[in-house]
Amino acid sequence: MSRLLTLLFGRLPIGWLQLSHNKGRLFAAVSGVAFANLLVFMQLGIMGALNGSTVAPYALLNADIIISSQEGNTLTDSEHIARVHMFEALGVAGVADATPLYINNLPFTLDDGTSVSLLTFGMNTTKRHFVASAIAPYLEQLTIENTVLLDEGTRGMPASVIEGLSAGTPFSFEANGGTLTAIGTMNVGGGFLADGMLVTSDQTFLRFFSSRDSGAPDHILLRIDDGVSGDTVAERLRAVLPAASVRVLTIQEARDADLAFMSSERPTGIIFGFGVFMGILVGLVIVYQVLSTDVADHLREYATFKAMGYGHPFFLGIVFEEAIVLAIFGFIPGFIVSMGLYAGLVAVTSLPITMVASRAIYVFLGTLAACALSGAIATRRLASADPADLF
Amino acid sequence: MTEPVEIHGLNHFFGSGEARKQAIFDINVSIAKGSLTILMGPSGSGKTTLLTLIGALREIQEGNVRLLDHELNGATEAELVGLRRRLGFIFQAHNLHESLTATQNVLMGLEVHGKGNAVKQRQASHHMLDLLGLADRRDYFPGNLSGGQKQRVAVARALVSNPEIVLADEPTAALDKESGHTVVEMLKSLGKTRGTTTVMVTHDPRILEMADRIITLEDGRVVKDVNN
Repeated sequence: MSRLLTLLFGRLPIGWLQLSHNKGRLFAAVSGVAFANLLVFMQLGIMGALNGSTVAPYALLNADIIISSQEGNTLTDSEHIARVHMFEALGVAGVADATPLYINNLPFTLDDGTSVSLLTFGMNTTKRHFVASAIAPYLEQLTIENTVLLDEGTRGMPASVIEGLSAGTPFSFEANGGTLTAIGTMNVGGGFLADGMLVTSDQTFLRFFSSRDSGAPDHILLRIDDGVSGDTVAERLRAVLPAASVRVLTIQEARDADLAFMSSERPTGIIFGFGVFMGILVGLVIVYQVLSTDVADHLREYATFKAMGYGHPFFLGIVFEEAIVLAIFGFIPGFIVSMGLYAGLVAVTSLPITMVASRAIYVFLGTLAACALSGAIATRRLASADPADLF
Repeated sequence: MTEPVEIHGLNHFFGSGEARKQAIFDINVSIAKGSLTILMGPSGSGKTTLLTLIGALREIQEGNVRLLDHELNGATEAELVGLRRRLGFIFQAHNLHESLTATQNVLMGLEVHGKGNAVKQRQASHHMLDLLGLADRRDYFPGNLSGGQKQRVAVARALVSNPEIVLADEPTAALDKESGHTVVEMLKSLGKTRGTTTVMVTHDPRILEMADRIITLEDGRVVKDVNN
């Protein structure tokens, strides 16, 4: 290790030698950095799951533009919109087709007595091109009264039911005073939104939710003509539809707006952001403590090196070298333990918590930056190394 | 040809205001190339202060010190750092780095001159340690060396880069008679072969007879200056 670093730096790796000579300090520092990494990874992981589950239902849809009420917040946290806007939209140049989308929560009691809620999407079964290709083949079967598609990840649903559905055995259950029959499964992963999801026909939907009116869906989905840009058509729609009550977004814009809403306006986003901040702060303080103690312990040696003719950049190099060593050696165990905890949380909660490569890279770069910052603060102590005091 | 160390009208003060106290009074000394000069005097006589002034470790307040043809009074920090690289310091305490082996500590004396051939630098460090009788202690950490061995590593570190001037403060205090003698012999022979100039603060009577010149300080003034 030391030989390798010597080759790399073209000098003795003093920082590394200093840290590795004091095993206790190295262990404390590395655990501190690993712990800070762990905190940040957990916060980001859960926030990622939250964001991921917010936009997960978009995977069911295959639309270019979505028209929603201005009052709504996200795809599943929406307000009703007058269906008449669908007919207005169809009159706009570039709009190829339109369909209403109905969303509601269906309470359901499991065999063991616990209540879960299933987020139910009602869709027009004759418009196959508005749903994702994975579920499009089922639409024809869904025209049969009271049939649904069930999300595989539904919490509390016995594995035997999901396996049976995959093998072609329908599953009937009581909900909201009626009987529904699941004829197949889909994979969405609702996470924080609901315990599970259902897709059904608009007819079944309106029958089960008698308070809902076919004239007031949650969203209006649009497909546009080939060769036209979504932005252009959205602009035209905005000019036609009343801006005060109706919001027109391309699907990508809607997805981004949902994420932005969850991470900035919902308290959850702020809480997790604060958690990340706390993690970074813990790491900063620990690394600063270790590095500044280390500098203080070696002032005499540094003063000697100053007398020998080493300049200030050399000492900055030592401290930054230590910071980088701590960042790397702390990140590795922090990352590994986080992966383990992610797997544990997924097993317990079935939330979509996954390690994204970009997150790992950002956290690593952040760790490097935080360690370097701590190092930069710790170097202030170097000024007190005065070679004239050595004699 | 000027001498490696030329001191003219040097005064030095510690403290400020009413507490200001003069430590060095009007010193005028030139030290010849290749010579071994000893600074003597009771404690508080200013000999260590004079050594740090010569060694570019302290700012010159009044008077002039020319070190290796460079005026120290008013020199920039960069000039001072550059000059220090041409000196070798041996401190009373060994001041070795506890996390570095004997060889690595000696290497620090070479690496200050920038990137070099790592293999050659290592060989030179080993050679220096061997000369000081530490061939079997090359890879020991200072914590596992005796006081005398540590001091010899410190000497090796100061001499490995062939300094033009060696400044030493009680270098033999921690050494037994024999290794003390070896170190001073080494400094003397470096003076003859390479023209290395040595200025040493010492009370050690065993060394006095080996010096070319003995300067005695008292209360910051030169009171005796004898050539052997």
